[in-house]
Amino acid sequence: MIAIEVNGETVQANAGEMLLTALRRLGIKIPTLCHIDGLPPSGACRMCDVEVEGRPNLQPSCATPVVEGMKVHTHSPRAVRARKTIVELLLANHPDDCLYCVRNGNCELQTLAEELGVRVRRYQGARDRYHVDQSSPSIIRDPEKCILCGKCVRVCEEIQGVACIDFIGRGSKTRVGTAFDQGLNVSSCINCGQCVMVCPTGALRETSHLKEVYEALSDPDRFVVVQHAPSISVTLAEEFGMKPGADVCGALTTALRLLGFDRVFDTSFSADLTIMEEASELVHRIKTGGVLPMMTSCSPGWIKFVEQTYPDFIPNLSTCKSPQQMLGAVIKSFYAERESIAPEKIFSVSIMPCTAKKFEAGRPEMSRDEVADVDAVLTTRELARMIRMRGLDLANVAPQPADTPFGERSTAGKLFGATGGVMEAAIRTAYHLVSGEDLADLKVQAVRGLKGVKEARVQVAGLDLGVAVVSGLGNAAKLLDEIAAGRKDLHFIEVMTCPGGCIAGGGQPLGADGEAIRARMQALYNIDRSEGVRTAHGNEAVQRLYREYLGQPLGDKSHHLLHTHYAPRGVVA
Amino acid sequence: MIQVDVEPILNEFGDAGRDALIPILQAVQERQGYLSREAMIEVGQHLGLPVSKIYGVATFYNQFRFQPQGKFHIQVCRGTACHVKGSARVLDAVRQALKIEPGQTSRDGLFSLEVVACIGACGLAPVICVNGEFYAGMTTEKVDKLIRSCQRKAAENG
Repeated sequence: MIAIEVNGETVQANAGEMLLTALRRLGIKIPTLCHIDGLPPSGACRMCDVEVEGRPNLQPSCATPVVEGMKVHTHSPRAVRARKTIVELLLANHPDDCLYCVRNGNCELQTLAEELGVRVRRYQGARDRYHVDQSSPSIIRDPEKCILCGKCVRVCEEIQGVACIDFIGRGSKTRVGTAFDQGLNVSSCINCGQCVMVCPTGALRETSHLKEVYEALSDPDRFVVVQHAPSISVTLAEEFGMKPGADVCGALTTALRLLGFDRVFDTSFSADLTIMEEASELVHRIKTGGVLPMMTSCSPGWIKFVEQTYPDFIPNLSTCKSPQQMLGAVIKSFYAERESIAPEKIFSVSIMPCTAKKFEAGRPEMSRDEVADVDAVLTTRELARMIRMRGLDLANVAPQPADTPFGERSTAGKLFGATGGVMEAAIRTAYHLVSGEDLADLKVQAVRGLKGVKEARVQVAGLDLGVAVVSGLGNAAKLLDEIAAGRKDLHFIEVMTCPGGCIAGGGQPLGADGEAIRARMQALYNIDRSEGVRTAHGNEAVQRLYREYLGQPLGDKSHHLLHTHYAPRGVVA
Repeated sequence: MIQVDVEPILNEFGDAGRDALIPILQAVQERQGYLSREAMIEVGQHLGLPVSKIYGVATFYNQFRFQPQGKFHIQVCRGTACHVKGSARVLDAVRQALKIEPGQTSRDGLFSLEVVACIGACGLAPVICVNGEFYAGMTTEKVDKLIRSCQRKAAENG
């Protein structure tokens, strides 16, 4: 520990840390536009400038190491004036159409302009004119709103290992774009939306399906069903001012009914279904000498990444569709038959923590006879917009249960929302498949937590399995490289595209810090601890579906409805 | 379109890593006259760099072109002396006559336009250079005449 002086007070800081880290720990609010927690400082935006006595220039606190005895003024007139000038200069080249912007009221640039009291336009710049890139099924890019902070570029390269965007051009012509300035749809973009999560302005946003959903809801001839992913109930509350990790599953169901959806189903049900298929597939591969290690297939960003960047590993991917697509498929087959509704009259909506799910729902493999399994995908943020527009206060909506037959779930399916959850659920059911019994302790501690890479040896009734859980595709790429180089001790790998899993997905409420993500994860663990049915095979509704319709896991019907295939994809990477 | 095999160029650089990116791009452009997409993709694969990065670096520098050069490559000098003598008007005249921007090539493949900082012929200002040949004291009228004569030449040679 070393002593530094901040705004006249002597405080302790850790040797080697950056000033910004120390100041934030002390509860001093220092604005940043380009900083990403956990990555090296880039020092591009200069919003975190502070005055350090004895140094002639303002110092960017994100890139200034603490030094014994340094005297820092965080909000001296000079520092505040510099920050305000930076914002004014950024605004000189900004569209100023806040009222029409998706980030109105939730924009870091707008907030800073307000906090710093920008009231007049001091600088009038020539405005750049760029096309809005609407080519992607998941993400819309509006370069005119971009302030060139570089966070999207860094997340894409340094966290996700994709690097589909970079700075293009120089000087006043600099912009962020893909290779050859092409549309995102033909780039190596995996649609994960992590760039949207870090964008301080409205330059990046999800492709909205709200219009299609409202049209379907107002069409008396459409039967509109909705499913919500395991993580939604523990993140949506934040959009309505509740604390991170609050579980609003019942209120969410009620709200969806009030919005006009005819049936409300739970994707956690089909997460259980996925586990029945996936655990069976794993056991089958091990017993019959199939391709190992098997890799999970729930995360559509990861799937596209393998198809375009690591096509040699396509045989390792589980053939299971994701829970979203499995539920979509049984809604338009089993459920449509049972209720005597023509599949093409059903409009199937899913609420997802994810922008890549929009891409997944549009994959040609995900439809039968030209009827898509899922018709529209809304992110958590889009659902929150619908709920607000309907004038509902989520905190005061009486909870209701979801609809049968796809409303029942085990806590294993719920765990899908966080990194390690698919693995934990699969181990529970694989154990049962092999031994006929349940694990004495269902909790698999080794695969829990927010670490990007978790590995363990698991004993499944005489089988010694090597398992790995990775989140963040940069971590996945490293693991694939190890396997390609000859590593052979792994049998089963869970990959979630976003760091931390779906609870931190690209469609989730913006502005969540590490603590909020931990609270979301803990909420899922609490659900798992406090409820009775904790295994996918223990889900009575899933068992009934097999008895009445599907037959058995990996059977003919399952193969037709619940499994898919992948193919190498040529993209500019 | 001129496409060259990039592999021999990459081989000349041996095991060079990402720090050789710019020399490699320069070598490709020297051979090919511009940087084709195919070449940039191949360079990326060779160096283990994403293509977005290659494109980002290449677009940062004025020296790289992304379209093949025209039969007549026109360089307009925008150095200080030429600027004082009215090179902005000369550049405008070329842009209007050819309907292309600096860095571009006309659709018929006849003309390409490049802006250069100073070609060291300040005594001839404002000067433009076509395929290495200098034209001194340019005016709007002289630009039109020069372009017409290039077009005539191209027509004569089929």
